[in-house]
Amino acid sequence: MNSKPYAKKVQVQAQINGEPVEFLCEPRQTLLEVLRESLGLTGAKEGCSNGNCGACSVLLDGVLVNACLVLAVEIQDKRVLTIEGLAPREGLHPLQEEFLRQGAVQCGFCTPGMILSAKALLDHNPHPGESEIRRWLAGNLCRCTGYEKIVRAVQAAAERLSQQEAAVEVKP
Amino acid sequence: MQEFDYVRVQSVQEAVALLAGEENRARILCGGTDLLVQLREGQRQARLLVDIKTIPELNQLHYDPVNGLTLGAAVSCLRLCQDETARQLYPGLVEAASLIGSVQIQGRASVGGNVCNASPAADSIPALIVHRAVCRLVGPGGERQAAIEQFCCAPGKTILQRGEILVSLHLPPPPPGFGAGYLRFTPRNEMDIAVVGAGAAVILAEDQQTIRWARLALGAVAPTPLWVEAAGDFLAGRAADAENVQQAARLARQAARPIRDVRGEAAQRSQLVEVLARRALETAIQRARAAVH
Amino acid sequence: MSADPQDSVQEAAPAYRVIGTRPIRQDGLDKVTGRAVFGADVRLPETLYGAVLRSPHAHARLLSIDTRQAEALPGVKAVVTAADLPAITLEGDWGDNLRYQSQNTLAADKVLYYGHAVAAVAAVSPHIASEALRSIQVVYDPLPAALDVRQAMREDAPILLDTLRTDSLGQRGNQPTNVASHARFERGDLEQGFAQAALVVEREFETATVHPGYIEPQNASAIYQSNGQVTIWCSTQAAFGIRDDVANVLQIPVGQICVIPTEIGGGFGGKNSAYLEPLAALLSKKSGGRPVKMAMNYSEVLAATGPTSASYIHVKVGVDRDGLITAAQATLVYAAGAYPGSPLWGGMPAIFGAYRVDNLRVDGYDVVVNRPRSGSLRAPGAANAVFASETVMDEICEKLGMDVLEFRRLNGVRQGDRRSDGVPLPRIGFHEALQAARQHPHYTAPLGGPHRGRGVACAYWGNHGGKSSATASVHADGSVSLLEGSVDVSGTRTSLAMQLAETLGIPLEAIHPRVADTNAVAYTEGSYGSRTTFATGWVVYELGQKLIALLSERAAILWETSPDQVQFAEGVFSHKGGEKRLAFKELAARLDETGSPLMASVSLAAGGAGPAFAVHLVDVEVDPETGKVQILRYTAVQDAGQAIHPGLVEGQIQGGVAQGIGWALHEGYVYDEAGRLLNANLLDYRLPTCLDVPAIEPVIVEMPNPRHPYGVRGVGEIPIIPPPAAIANAIARAVGVRLTQLPMSPGRVLAARLARDA
Ligand code: FES
Ligand code: FES
Repeated sequence: MNSKPYAKKVQVQAQINGEPVEFLCEPRQTLLEVLRESLGLTGAKEGCSNGNCGACSVLLDGVLVNACLVLAVEIQDKRVLTIEGLAPREGLHPLQEEFLRQGAVQCGFCTPGMILSAKALLDHNPHPGESEIRRWLAGNLCRCTGYEKIVRAVQAAAERLSQQEAAVEVKP
Repeated sequence: MQEFDYVRVQSVQEAVALLAGEENRARILCGGTDLLVQLREGQRQARLLVDIKTIPELNQLHYDPVNGLTLGAAVSCLRLCQDETARQLYPGLVEAASLIGSVQIQGRASVGGNVCNASPAADSIPALIVHRAVCRLVGPGGERQAAIEQFCCAPGKTILQRGEILVSLHLPPPPPGFGAGYLRFTPRNEMDIAVVGAGAAVILAEDQQTIRWARLALGAVAPTPLWVEAAGDFLAGRAADAENVQQAARLARQAARPIRDVRGEAAQRSQLVEVLARRALETAIQRARAAVH
Repeated sequence: MSADPQDSVQEAAPAYRVIGTRPIRQDGLDKVTGRAVFGADVRLPETLYGAVLRSPHAHARLLSIDTRQAEALPGVKAVVTAADLPAITLEGDWGDNLRYQSQNTLAADKVLYYGHAVAAVAAVSPHIASEALRSIQVVYDPLPAALDVRQAMREDAPILLDTLRTDSLGQRGNQPTNVASHARFERGDLEQGFAQAALVVEREFETATVHPGYIEPQNASAIYQSNGQVTIWCSTQAAFGIRDDVANVLQIPVGQICVIPTEIGGGFGGKNSAYLEPLAALLSKKSGGRPVKMAMNYSEVLAATGPTSASYIHVKVGVDRDGLITAAQATLVYAAGAYPGSPLWGGMPAIFGAYRVDNLRVDGYDVVVNRPRSGSLRAPGAANAVFASETVMDEICEKLGMDVLEFRRLNGVRQGDRRSDGVPLPRIGFHEALQAARQHPHYTAPLGGPHRGRGVACAYWGNHGGKSSATASVHADGSVSLLEGSVDVSGTRTSLAMQLAETLGIPLEAIHPRVADTNAVAYTEGSYGSRTTFATGWVVYELGQKLIALLSERAAILWETSPDQVQFAEGVFSHKGGEKRLAFKELAARLDETGSPLMASVSLAAGGAGPAFAVHLVDVEVDPETGKVQILRYTAVQDAGQAIHPGLVEGQIQGGVAQGIGWALHEGYVYDEAGRLLNANLLDYRLPTCLDVPAIEPVIVEMPNPRHPYGVRGVGEIPIIPPPAAIANAIARAVGVRLTQLPMSPGRVLAARLARDA
């Protein structure tokens, strides 16, 4: 147990985008602040800082969370995936490709959070219907697009992912 | 954000000891989806956050036909909503949990946290009331139990004593002929706080027409979530028909003491109470009938 | 009556190679990988974090500010108050304007709204900065507040600005007042027009303060060097506008300031003017030139940056038996916020802009109130005005039993008709859009259920041209870098590069567009007024022509002929009458042989922005017991001129409609009696989520703007205008109540329904 109360900084070990990471932070610093200001991972955006916009969405041990509502100290021994870690070494994740192709990006500020929410959805259900897509994206505000092209992009990515999967299954 | 220290604990005893010793300046951190906002905005103060998510006892989620559902206070809404047994047997609770915030919030927020935050508009509490939940509390003086309807005493205030924590919620197994539902009214379709919430549960007699027992509870129309006993008393022994349901809804409206705030007008809330109470009861009855088949 | 559309000659569309296609936008890759650098992503060594102390009062005298404790806090490097801002001594209206801007940056003697900036600090961490704010002691003497226009116009209203006098139709008043100005459009004989009417409908409306609601809060990083040079990185729609604002507030020459616009997370008019930029610069100066980074939290965005005006609007329209408008009158009273300057200039021309009205009067009043200074929001001032006029038109149709599109066909403006301000209209596509709406399956589809209704509303928006600049360099591999002055708020790097590629006859991939900082390109107006693809696109076209002329000279050198013997078509230079040909890329590779590298620049002030017209159809379902409105289907028809990138145009339409839906149903500032903003967060200031917005179907009608080389009209703003009116009309048809207030929240719909039944 922690014997010195009100310690200034705490050491945290975690895995971020597949890499082991160690950092010092104050207990009051959120994961979002540490990602952006200490680790230089500015892909997660700060919109409302209160859990209402989803711009800061990341995956924590595979669960979609708002990084502004997680303390950095809480990620000890956990895995974090941010937008910077989504693409494979070569090329892009199908969600990223479809966001481009379908014109789902306008200003792009909501985009990282949207893509990660969509990823969490497709991990949970690879074949979501439109209403399920909309329900999963409801925590991500977008002021630019009217959402239509975003929903399309997620549908298209889901299709491609399941085709990829089918292709893998066919292989001996 | 104000400055605080953070400690992660592994047992209820450890948590209780820390909370009891910190002169009211220690707070429990669970999902953090309410607490971190409140700390940032200065609505609550803390010098120490005690993270209880890692206590195994607080993460129990299991059902048995004798004792019913044990729901650890730290179980996330997401986990509860994905639990097949809970979905089948406690539809009112699962419905309420599925309405608490976005997917992001649900992955963090716990039902226990929603209860302890003691918002008059908390979605889970009316649902827990109609499911007859009992809270298991552990504090420096030992353990006690409290019915959920007694848990909140004012906006943001609960019966928890210093050093006491909510360990788990216990919901009795649904008897035959049981059905429940929760719904709320919000201007947007998601990402909103209830203007009015209503939970209802009924037990139908074998004839599927007579209500043997009923409970109705409301959110956001009183300083604490409100159990409308008069509505249940009225329905007990009566036919499950439109007229009686409407009368029960009227009783709910009479019991409500809504105020005007940024989310709604008092008169609007009164209107909504009647509509939502009726709709919640209709859902509960419908589910009770489906369950009997 | 003749068939429509009859008054514009349909020309065969020119065959374009690049224009009209849907390439992936060039900035997209960085945005889907998280690498795009938005304002708050700028990282500079040794950065300090700034924060702003804001007024908890709506109206109060500032008696004293004690910053000593904050300054003494370890980690705090600078504290500033209005005392650190230079006094502005210029006399007259312009001087007043500058003073207002300075006072809006930091309040001097009085705070005029909840959230008004009072002091700012810079510290080594954002947490220390906010602790420092808490230790600043401010003594306020609270004053009564005037929160809405009717309160502010009363005889005994508290006066916000001691020196303000009404400018009424050019005459200056001599009494202290909150009414900053009164303007009027007038023609014909109103009385006679109403006397001729068989039906007159007269209604009053009220609309709430709403915010652009971009998801990215305002931010700025600044370095103020000891030699006086200031560098500012920020998310803005108007880099040059910010430069000028900072120069005005800090009273330094523009040449000392370089504004580097970053990627911008939405603006919609809200990021045209400076809030944090002068503060960041000043804090940097005071802390010895260290970079200072500032970002608002969302409560600050809502409480202290420009929302659009709340309004009170009165509309009276008369029609004859056939439904022909005989007279139309409107009074618009707009809440300017703390300082004059509400978007009456947008609302007054828009309110009857879609109609031919011979007897017309439109009065506008700009009134200061204790709310944040209003700013622009997408077609500023128009959506609330058109909500008023288009619901009156709909009521007229209902009373006459007339088809709503037929009514517009009969009364809608055509080429040559005069706008409300008297200027004749050029070639427009209103009637083509009306016809497209009439032919769309949505217009005749069955509603399919009870409590459902279909609403229609139309809109006119003038669009803006103005000053733009760009520079292009030709590289040896045949690529062209394009450095342009317009901030990209909607994919304009791509729509500009497309116009250049079209002009030069080269593939789009060969063009590398970049938004320039204010030292790298000549003055360019901000990305507002639906002007970028039009005006900067025109610049880019001229730039292409200039490059072709310069390249022709180089080809002439190679071919030992005169430039007039070189011709250019479809990306290839050729010798007139000869065999010699060089593709753009081949010639670019040989530039060295011709003496020097090659670049060109163009600046111009574009006139002739083509007005836009839109016709929207919406189906709603109303829950009669709760008053909740669900939007089932939405079709937005719009004359977009030549669509350079139809995908981007669709995005503008869908996004604008979604914003209009928010304005219609959910959004609005809620103040308590003391003037404190109660919903300064994104939970209770409700932007629509994806569950609140249906699939919006854009229908693009292309009536090229004859004044633009590629026929471009502005498209970005008009989509926000019709939704509130269209939805109100749909609600009226669904449940029989006409709402006269925005937002049409469930509580209001329910109350109206219950009142009617009572
Ligand atoms: S910044 Fe985290 S939800 Fe908005
Ligand atoms: S693209 Fe701008 S907020 Fe979504």
